[in-house]
Amino acid sequence: MTFSISLTVNGERREISLDDPRVTLLDLLRERLDLTGAKKGCDRGQCGACTVMVNDRRINSCLALALSLDGAHVVTIEGLAQRDELHPMQAAFIAHDGLQCGFCTPGQIMSAIGLIGEGQAGDDPERVREGMSGNICRCGAYRGITEAVLEAQEILAEQDRRSAA
Amino acid sequence: MKPFDYVRAASVSQAVAAAGDPGAAYLAGGTNLLDLMKGGALRPDMLVDIARLPGLDRIDRLGDGGLRIGAMVRNADLAHDADFARSYPAVVEALLSGASAQIRNAATVGGNLLQRTRCSYFYDVASACNRREPGSGCDALHGENRLHAVLGWSPNCIATHPSDFCVPLVAMDAVVEIEGKAGRREIALEALHRLPGDTPAHETALEPGDLIVALRLPADAASFAAHARFLKVRERTSFAFAVASAAAALDVDGGTIRSARIALGGVAAKPWRARTAEQALAGADLTEAAFRKAAEAALAEAKPSGDNAFKIELAKRIVVRVLKLAAAGTPERLPALPASPFSSVPGERRYA
Repeated sequence: MTFSISLTVNGERREISLDDPRVTLLDLLRERLDLTGAKKGCDRGQCGACTVMVNDRRINSCLALALSLDGAHVVTIEGLAQRDELHPMQAAFIAHDGLQCGFCTPGQIMSAIGLIGEGQAGDDPERVREGMSGNICRCGAYRGITEAVLEAQEILAEQDRRSAA
Repeated sequence: MKPFDYVRAASVSQAVAAAGDPGAAYLAGGTNLLDLMKGGALRPDMLVDIARLPGLDRIDRLGDGGLRIGAMVRNADLAHDADFARSYPAVVEALLSGASAQIRNAATVGGNLLQRTRCSYFYDVASACNRREPGSGCDALHGENRLHAVLGWSPNCIATHPSDFCVPLVAMDAVVEIEGKAGRREIALEALHRLPGDTPAHETALEPGDLIVALRLPADAASFAAHARFLKVRERTSFAFAVASAAAALDVDGGTIRSARIALGGVAAKPWRARTAEQALAGADLTEAAFRKAAEAALAEAKPSGDNAFKIELAKRIVVRVLKLAAAGTPERLPALPASPFSSVPGERRYA
């Protein structure tokens, strides 16, 4: 049996037919839509490398069936930069050395954007660390990651203030 | 993962009819189900997707002062509902101490209740597990079992129920609304999960096709809001299951306890309501001696199921400590590390 779904991925509407209901959102992105930014680390929801935004919420794309998300809006790491201009979170990760090998970084950045959208952590580094605990970094770049999240949050808030003014 | 059929239910009745077939399973957030299916511990023939069933994602205040939470409400949405947090702070603390933000964004209220044990022998299809494969034995009994049950276990199964959320809920007399083939019924959350006995695979009071549609908190559950806490010891600070946990809620008059609610997590195959401990506290003063007496009562029946005698002492200390926290009063804002025995060191908060 073939299933048809539509997803809006990084602003572009995609009509997708699936011949197997087992396809996760992560596998769909990586294997069928050629969006390999989201990484398959553990494939079990424990490492966060596959984090993407679905309907403005960060989730583990490895634990979501693509079929179940019919109609959803998905944003991946590939959808963040505006042409050559990095998203402030991407720039902050570079500025603060929030990475070493880089494998977990797309998931870290998407998770950080989700964290800011949730609005729960504020400027408390402990709350940022707790809110980012679903993303493992085996290189141990946590200090830089926390600094990057805090700085990007300020930059994004400033951008919001300017665009509102 | 074994191949399966997929059907998206349009209504509760359609879902119940579809899931009555042997081999069918409900798919909600999928955070536990897909994990188990990837490892082969669960092998459903058909998934009935209930993620979009209309009306199950609402939180409604009831006329009698109680609260009804739809089964498809996401954990994060419930935890961040300001009204809910004011009335049931220990439930929020438990929710936010569980899993990660990504998982809480996907996982549902009903799915949390029905999540499966994290016993590694249940997950490992090469191991004997009476819960997964009735009659195959229990490799946990003589295996790595320091995190296993100390209350209500049997030689057939020593697994624990992993939910944090269920612990304060069972203390608050939460009720589960179920839609089944014979219509709507309700049971106490305390009666939802079964102890293993001789039939550990029979985990809950649900029949095939039964769908949890809502969770209800009675009106008096909110009367503990000023003195309600949840405390959870884990092997790492965040994103880990409980080694042991406890919820405490006190109704306090001056320095005296009018009534108390206590439940423990991570110690049994179900969230463990400690009624004898509650009785020991009724009318008692807010003293450490009274809390210790309650802790002894809560764990009086406990016995190790393996290398886990330490959990009995740990659980007692958690009960004493959560009672102290509850007595001190619910904080204005949850700590940065919800339910953690470790708190931020003031002054270090400035540093990333």
